[in-house]
Amino acid sequence: MAPAVPAPHATRPPFGARPARSELPRATRDPAWARWALTGAALAFLAFFLVLPLVVVFAQAFSKGGAYFLAAIREPDALAAIRLTLLTVAIAAAWAIAKFRFPGKSLLTTLIDLPFAVSPVISGLVYVLVFGAQGWLGPWLIAHNIRIIFAVPGIVLATAFVTFPFVARELIPLMQAQGTDEEYSAVTLGANGWQTFWRVTLPNIRWGLFYGVILCNARAMGEFGAVSVVSGHIRGETNTMPLHVEILYNEYNIAGAFAVASLLALLAIATLVIKSIVEWRQTRTA
Amino acid sequence: MTRARSSRSILPGFGLSLGFTLAYLGLIVLVPLSAAFLRTAGMSWHDFVAAVASPRVIAAYRLSFGASLAAGFVNMVFGLIVAWVLVRYSFPGKRIVDALVDLPFALPTAVAGIALTSLYSPNGWIGRWLAPLGIRVAFTWTGVFIALTFIGLPFVVRTVQPVLQELEPEIEEAASTLGANRRQTVIRILLPELLPSLLTGFALAFARALGEYGSVVFISGNMPMKTEIVPLLIITKLEQYDYRGATAIAVVMLVSSFVLLLLINLLQKWSRRFHTI
Repeated sequence: MAPAVPAPHATRPPFGARPARSELPRATRDPAWARWALTGAALAFLAFFLVLPLVVVFAQAFSKGGAYFLAAIREPDALAAIRLTLLTVAIAAAWAIAKFRFPGKSLLTTLIDLPFAVSPVISGLVYVLVFGAQGWLGPWLIAHNIRIIFAVPGIVLATAFVTFPFVARELIPLMQAQGTDEEYSAVTLGANGWQTFWRVTLPNIRWGLFYGVILCNARAMGEFGAVSVVSGHIRGETNTMPLHVEILYNEYNIAGAFAVASLLALLAIATLVIKSIVEWRQTRTA
Repeated sequence: MTRARSSRSILPGFGLSLGFTLAYLGLIVLVPLSAAFLRTAGMSWHDFVAAVASPRVIAAYRLSFGASLAAGFVNMVFGLIVAWVLVRYSFPGKRIVDALVDLPFALPTAVAGIALTSLYSPNGWIGRWLAPLGIRVAFTWTGVFIALTFIGLPFVVRTVQPVLQELEPEIEEAASTLGANRRQTVIRILLPELLPSLLTGFALAFARALGEYGSVVFISGNMPMKTEIVPLLIITKLEQYDYRGATAIAVVMLVSSFVLLLLINLLQKWSRRFHTI
């Protein structure tokens, strides 16, 4: 299930659950030329738009040799960026995990989807409007010497805004598909609320939750637009990995930029691999 | 299998979870968003119009909306083909291709931005071949369009794919037994069935493309009046400490996002009605 797409059909059967298409009668089969043409067009489109950009990241990263690659990612600024990004991730993920049980009301779902529809730049801007020097809480924050914008808390808040829907979006269809029978049974057998939750609900959703958190991590580490508005680009202090990519790139340190970018790309690939594994496991348990 | 959690009264924890969700939603999402609207409410109408309708801003709207529409349209066509191929045909490596479709979700936008730029710049892998033909991609409208196509790619595929999977082959068989040829079956039976999800996917890709920043700023070249997208204009105004101007443009973009979101919800209601028949 695509995470960012409001799922209209919550019960899409996982891959492998459907019968093999070759067993279908001829009425639903396309002529061979159409099959080849469509498959070719689809693969060419994907190769052109997806594979090529991915390949170029790694090719450029290694173009100046592995040593440079290592030097670039060991640079103290980059390390500080990684540490800060991981901090963001930990906090954002903790926030996300804590709120996994959503009653699926239609207005609420719309509101949860809101950050998807809002430009990341605007997500950053609204936090500047609330916490910035000119903002609602700005004077109070300055008086009490609390820094939010151009500091770590601002980055965490903006990232939380942007990644807000991910875990929820992953879990709502899953929990809807599973229904409430097992929870009812648990309650009937005398379990209290927390017991029901820990022993029945949580084991049922653990793979979806796991994937949601991984995806949330990937988005949090990669968030660029919102973070670039609230961070203030202070090197070694409020500089996440994507911002570091931008700085290196604008300094014409292309190989360095791609070295850091390839780390983020590896993270993206790992996310996709985990997603495939999770889907495969859900198919097997279904 | 689709069973809504209708009566939850026996299960405990409803008040707790709903209350927590609403509090979190309010603090993280709704209060900051309302700040943008309240800030703009303090501006006079004249200032507001001057901020959101200056020639430079209008050029940016034209670029953002035009390129997003074009990218959404290309994604609608190719997304349908990709979804069709993934659901109906089998070929070696299909699962890998299927996983790869989500790449634009997972890949940080800045990474996508520099990768696309180095592919299409005049000395890049693709740009090198286009340059002698007089075609410039990076730092032009085409570059913006390509970046927006990249980030919108998964939306149509992932909305059409589940609908296509749940479509029963019996419908097509019925059409066939009633004498329809394959072309008629596709145009009269399949396409109308897929239309709501196609439009939903298009609207999602369009909405995402409108707000996209990271993957576009590198490839667009950011020339005022020519290749400056709206989100970049907001950042430019912020860097000049023109908070009011930035907020006013942000409100225009927010309103268009809300309209799109409303449209997407209506489309999904429509498609759900289609499916319960």
